[in-house]
Amino acid sequence: MTFVWIAAGAFIGAICRFAISQVMKQWSDSSFPFATLFVNVLGAFGLGYLYAHTTHQTIILFIGVGFFGSFTTFSTINLELVRLAMNDRIRFGLYLVSTYLFGLIAAYIGWSI
Amino acid sequence: MLYIYVGLGGAIGALARYGLGLMVDSVGTSAFPVSTLLINLIGSFILGWLTHKFLQTGKPSPQLVTVVGTGMIGSFTTFSTFSVETIQLLEEGRIWLAILYVFLSITFGLLSSWVGYRVGTRQRKGGEVG
Repeated sequence: MTFVWIAAGAFIGAICRFAISQVMKQWSDSSFPFATLFVNVLGAFGLGYLYAHTTHQTIILFIGVGFFGSFTTFSTINLELVRLAMNDRIRFGLYLVSTYLFGLIAAYIGWSI
Repeated sequence: MLYIYVGLGGAIGALARYGLGLMVDSVGTSAFPVSTLLINLIGSFILGWLTHKFLQTGKPSPQLVTVVGTGMIGSFTTFSTFSVETIQLLEEGRIWLAILYVFLSITFGLLSSWVGYRVGTRQRKGGEVG
Protein backbone atom coordinates (compact mmCIF):
# COMPACT_ATOMS: atom_id res chain seq x y z
CA MET A 1 0.00 0.00 0.00
CA THR A 2 2.96 2.31 0.55
CA PHE A 3 3.44 2.80 -3.18
CA VAL A 4 -0.25 3.39 -3.83
CA TRP A 5 -0.42 6.20 -1.24
CA ILE A 6 2.70 7.89 -2.60
CA ALA A 7 1.54 7.58 -6.22
CA ALA A 8 -1.94 8.93 -5.39
CA GLY A 9 -0.55 11.93 -3.50
CA ALA A 10 2.01 12.63 -6.23
CA PHE A 11 -0.65 12.40 -8.95
CA ILE A 12 -2.61 15.19 -7.27
CA GLY A 13 0.50 17.20 -6.34
CA ALA A 14 1.92 17.26 -9.86
CA ILE A 15 -1.44 18.25 -11.37
CA CYS A 16 -1.84 21.08 -8.84
CA ARG A 17 1.67 22.39 -9.60
CA PHE A 18 1.01 22.23 -13.35
CA ALA A 19 -2.40 23.91 -12.98
CA ILE A 20 -0.92 26.77 -10.93
CA SER A 21 1.82 27.32 -13.52
CA GLN A 22 -0.79 27.42 -16.32
CA VAL A 23 -3.05 29.85 -14.46
CA MET A 24 -0.17 32.17 -13.54
CA LYS A 25 1.05 32.14 -17.13
CA GLN A 26 -2.28 33.68 -18.13
CA TRP A 27 -2.17 36.30 -15.40
CA SER A 28 1.22 37.70 -16.22
CA ASP A 29 3.80 37.43 -18.95
CA SER A 30 6.60 38.28 -16.53
CA SER A 31 9.81 36.35 -17.05
CA PHE A 32 10.09 35.99 -13.28
CA PRO A 33 9.09 32.41 -12.29
CA PHE A 34 6.40 33.33 -9.75
CA ALA A 35 4.54 30.02 -10.13
CA THR A 36 7.51 27.85 -9.10
CA LEU A 37 8.36 30.21 -6.26
CA PHE A 38 4.77 30.09 -5.05
CA VAL A 39 4.40 26.28 -5.06
CA ASN A 40 7.80 25.77 -3.47
CA VAL A 41 7.27 28.22 -0.61
CA LEU A 42 3.73 26.96 0.02
CA GLY A 43 4.87 23.32 -0.15
CA ALA A 44 7.81 23.94 2.20
CA PHE A 45 5.40 25.46 4.72
CA GLY A 46 2.96 22.55 4.33
CA LEU A 47 5.57 19.83 4.72
CA GLY A 48 7.12 21.57 7.72
CA TYR A 49 3.72 21.73 9.37
CA LEU A 50 2.95 18.10 8.53
CA TYR A 51 6.22 16.67 9.89
CA ALA A 52 5.88 18.62 13.12
CA HIS A 53 2.27 17.63 13.71
CA THR A 54 1.85 14.01 12.71
CA THR A 55 3.67 10.70 12.83
CA HIS A 56 0.82 8.87 11.13
CA GLN A 57 2.60 6.79 8.48
CA THR A 58 -0.16 6.79 5.85
CA ILE A 59 -0.64 10.56 6.07
CA ILE A 60 3.11 11.12 5.75
CA LEU A 61 3.30 8.88 2.68
CA PHE A 62 0.20 10.30 1.00
CA ILE A 63 0.48 14.01 1.81
CA GLY A 64 4.18 14.36 2.69
CA VAL A 65 6.16 12.11 0.33
CA GLY A 66 3.48 12.03 -2.36
CA PHE A 67 1.61 15.33 -2.47
CA PHE A 68 4.07 17.92 -1.13
CA GLY A 69 7.06 16.04 -2.55
CA SER A 70 5.59 16.36 -6.04
CA PHE A 71 3.84 19.70 -5.59
CA THR A 72 7.25 21.26 -5.00
CA THR A 73 10.13 20.88 -7.41
CA PHE A 74 13.85 21.43 -7.41
CA SER A 75 14.79 20.68 -11.02
CA THR A 76 12.57 23.46 -12.41
CA ILE A 77 14.17 26.05 -10.11
CA ASN A 78 17.58 25.32 -11.57
CA LEU A 79 16.37 25.24 -15.15
CA GLU A 80 14.77 28.66 -14.63
CA LEU A 81 17.91 29.96 -12.89
CA VAL A 82 20.16 28.83 -15.75
CA ARG A 83 17.88 30.60 -18.22
CA LEU A 84 17.79 33.80 -16.14
CA ALA A 85 21.57 33.71 -15.67
CA MET A 86 21.97 33.95 -19.44
CA ASN A 87 19.86 37.07 -19.98
CA ASP A 88 18.79 38.71 -16.73
CA ARG A 89 21.32 38.75 -13.88
CA ILE A 90 19.12 40.82 -11.55
CA ARG A 91 16.14 38.47 -11.78
CA PHE A 92 18.56 35.55 -11.43
CA GLY A 93 19.77 36.91 -8.09
CA LEU A 94 16.29 37.83 -6.92
CA TYR A 95 14.87 34.42 -7.79
CA LEU A 96 17.72 32.48 -6.18
CA VAL A 97 17.65 34.46 -2.93
CA SER A 98 13.85 34.57 -2.64
CA THR A 99 13.44 30.84 -3.31
CA TYR A 100 15.89 29.65 -0.67
CA LEU A 101 15.23 32.41 1.85
CA PHE A 102 11.41 32.29 1.71
CA GLY A 103 11.41 28.48 1.33
CA LEU A 104 13.45 27.91 4.48
CA ILE A 105 11.52 30.54 6.45
CA ALA A 106 8.23 28.96 5.34
CA ALA A 107 9.38 25.48 6.38
CA TYR A 108 10.47 26.87 9.75
CA ILE A 109 7.14 28.65 10.31
CA GLY A 110 5.21 25.51 9.35
CA TRP A 111 7.38 23.46 11.67
CA SER A 112 6.98 25.92 14.58
CA ILE A 113 3.28 26.80 14.64
CA MET B 1 -6.08 14.90 -20.90
CA LEU B 2 -2.62 16.50 -20.56
CA TYR B 3 -3.34 17.07 -16.87
CA ILE B 4 -3.94 13.35 -16.32
CA TYR B 5 -0.65 12.47 -18.03
CA VAL B 6 1.22 15.08 -15.97
CA GLY B 7 -0.31 13.45 -12.87
CA LEU B 8 0.77 9.98 -13.99
CA GLY B 9 4.27 11.29 -14.75
CA GLY B 10 4.25 12.80 -11.25
CA ALA B 11 3.30 9.46 -9.70
CA ILE B 12 6.18 7.70 -11.49
CA GLY B 13 8.63 10.44 -10.51
CA ALA B 14 7.61 10.30 -6.84
CA LEU B 15 7.88 6.50 -6.72
CA ALA B 16 11.36 6.71 -8.28
CA ARG B 17 12.28 9.32 -5.63
CA TYR B 18 11.02 7.08 -2.83
CA GLY B 19 12.71 3.98 -4.30
CA LEU B 20 16.06 5.67 -4.77
CA GLY B 21 15.80 7.09 -1.25
CA LEU B 22 15.32 3.57 0.17
CA MET B 23 18.28 2.29 -1.84
CA VAL B 24 20.59 5.06 -0.61
CA ASP B 25 19.43 4.56 2.98
CA SER B 26 20.10 0.81 2.73
CA VAL B 27 23.75 1.54 1.91
CA GLY B 28 24.16 3.42 5.16
CA THR B 29 22.42 6.04 7.26
CA SER B 30 23.88 9.46 7.84
CA ALA B 31 22.80 12.70 9.47
CA PHE B 32 23.38 14.38 6.13
CA PRO B 33 20.44 14.06 3.67
CA VAL B 34 22.45 12.34 0.94
CA SER B 35 19.49 10.82 -0.89
CA THR B 36 17.54 14.08 -1.39
CA LEU B 37 20.66 15.87 -2.59
CA LEU B 38 21.46 13.06 -5.03
CA ILE B 39 17.88 12.95 -6.36
CA ASN B 40 17.73 16.72 -6.80
CA LEU B 41 21.05 16.85 -8.65
CA ILE B 42 20.18 13.95 -10.98
CA GLY B 43 16.78 15.51 -11.74
CA SER B 44 18.27 18.95 -12.40
CA PHE B 45 20.70 17.42 -14.88
CA ILE B 46 18.00 15.45 -16.72
CA LEU B 47 15.62 18.43 -16.93
CA GLY B 48 18.38 20.70 -18.25
CA TRP B 49 19.31 18.11 -20.85
CA LEU B 50 15.73 17.33 -21.88
CA THR B 51 14.74 20.98 -22.22
CA HIS B 52 17.75 21.96 -24.23
CA LYS B 53 17.41 18.97 -26.53
CA PHE B 54 13.78 19.95 -27.08
CA LEU B 55 14.60 23.62 -27.75
CA GLN B 56 17.28 22.66 -30.24
CA THR B 57 15.54 19.88 -32.12
CA GLY B 58 11.81 20.28 -31.38
CA LYS B 59 11.80 16.65 -30.28
CA PRO B 60 10.23 15.08 -28.35
CA SER B 61 6.86 16.82 -28.72
CA PRO B 62 5.94 19.71 -26.37
CA GLN B 63 3.31 17.50 -24.72
CA LEU B 64 5.84 14.77 -23.95
CA VAL B 65 8.29 17.36 -22.60
CA THR B 66 5.54 18.61 -20.27
CA VAL B 67 4.65 15.09 -19.09
CA VAL B 68 8.26 13.99 -18.56
CA GLY B 69 9.77 17.36 -17.59
CA THR B 70 7.03 18.99 -15.51
CA GLY B 71 5.31 15.77 -14.40
CA MET B 72 7.95 13.13 -13.90
CA ILE B 73 11.22 15.01 -13.29
CA GLY B 74 9.39 17.85 -11.53
CA SER B 75 7.97 15.36 -9.04
CA PHE B 76 11.14 13.28 -8.81
CA THR B 77 12.94 16.31 -7.41
CA THR B 78 11.58 18.09 -4.38
CA PHE B 79 12.05 21.42 -2.68
CA SER B 80 9.81 20.86 0.33
CA THR B 81 11.86 17.89 1.59
CA PHE B 82 15.06 19.88 1.12
CA SER B 83 13.63 22.77 3.17
CA VAL B 84 12.32 20.61 5.99
CA GLU B 85 15.54 18.56 6.19
CA THR B 86 17.48 21.82 6.53
CA ILE B 87 15.20 22.95 9.36
CA GLN B 88 15.58 19.54 11.05
CA LEU B 89 19.39 19.82 10.90
CA LEU B 90 19.16 23.32 12.44
CA GLU B 91 16.80 22.09 15.17
CA GLU B 92 19.27 19.30 15.99
CA GLY B 93 22.01 21.90 16.38
CA ARG B 94 23.91 20.66 13.31
CA ILE B 95 24.35 24.21 12.02
CA TRP B 96 27.35 23.56 9.80
CA LEU B 97 25.79 20.50 8.24
CA ALA B 98 22.68 22.58 7.45
CA ILE B 99 24.78 25.32 5.86
CA LEU B 100 26.72 22.70 3.86
CA TYR B 101 23.47 21.11 2.68
CA VAL B 102 22.04 24.43 1.47
CA PHE B 103 25.33 25.43 -0.14
CA LEU B 104 25.75 22.12 -1.99
CA SER B 105 22.11 22.11 -3.13
CA ILE B 106 22.34 25.63 -4.55
CA THR B 107 25.73 25.37 -6.26
CA PHE B 108 25.60 21.80 -7.52
CA GLY B 109 21.92 22.09 -8.44
CA LEU B 110 22.76 25.00 -10.74
CA LEU B 111 25.83 23.22 -12.06
CA SER B 112 23.89 20.00 -12.80
CA SER B 113 21.24 21.89 -14.72
CA TRP B 114 23.83 23.84 -16.67
CA VAL B 115 25.87 20.73 -17.50
CA GLY B 116 22.67 19.03 -18.68
CA TYR B 117 22.03 22.04 -20.90
CA ARG B 118 25.54 21.86 -22.37
CA VAL B 119 25.38 18.10 -22.97
CA GLY B 120 22.15 18.63 -24.91
CA THR B 121 23.85 21.15 -27.18
CA ARG B 122 26.91 19.03 -27.78
CA GLN B 123 24.86 15.97 -28.74
CA ARG B 124 23.08 17.96 -31.40
CA LYS B 125 26.29 19.31 -32.89
CA GLY B 126 27.78 15.81 -32.92
CA GLY B 127 24.72 14.51 -34.68
CA GLU B 128 24.96 17.18 -37.36
CA VAL B 129 28.59 16.48 -38.09
CA GLY B 130 28.02 12.72 -38.19
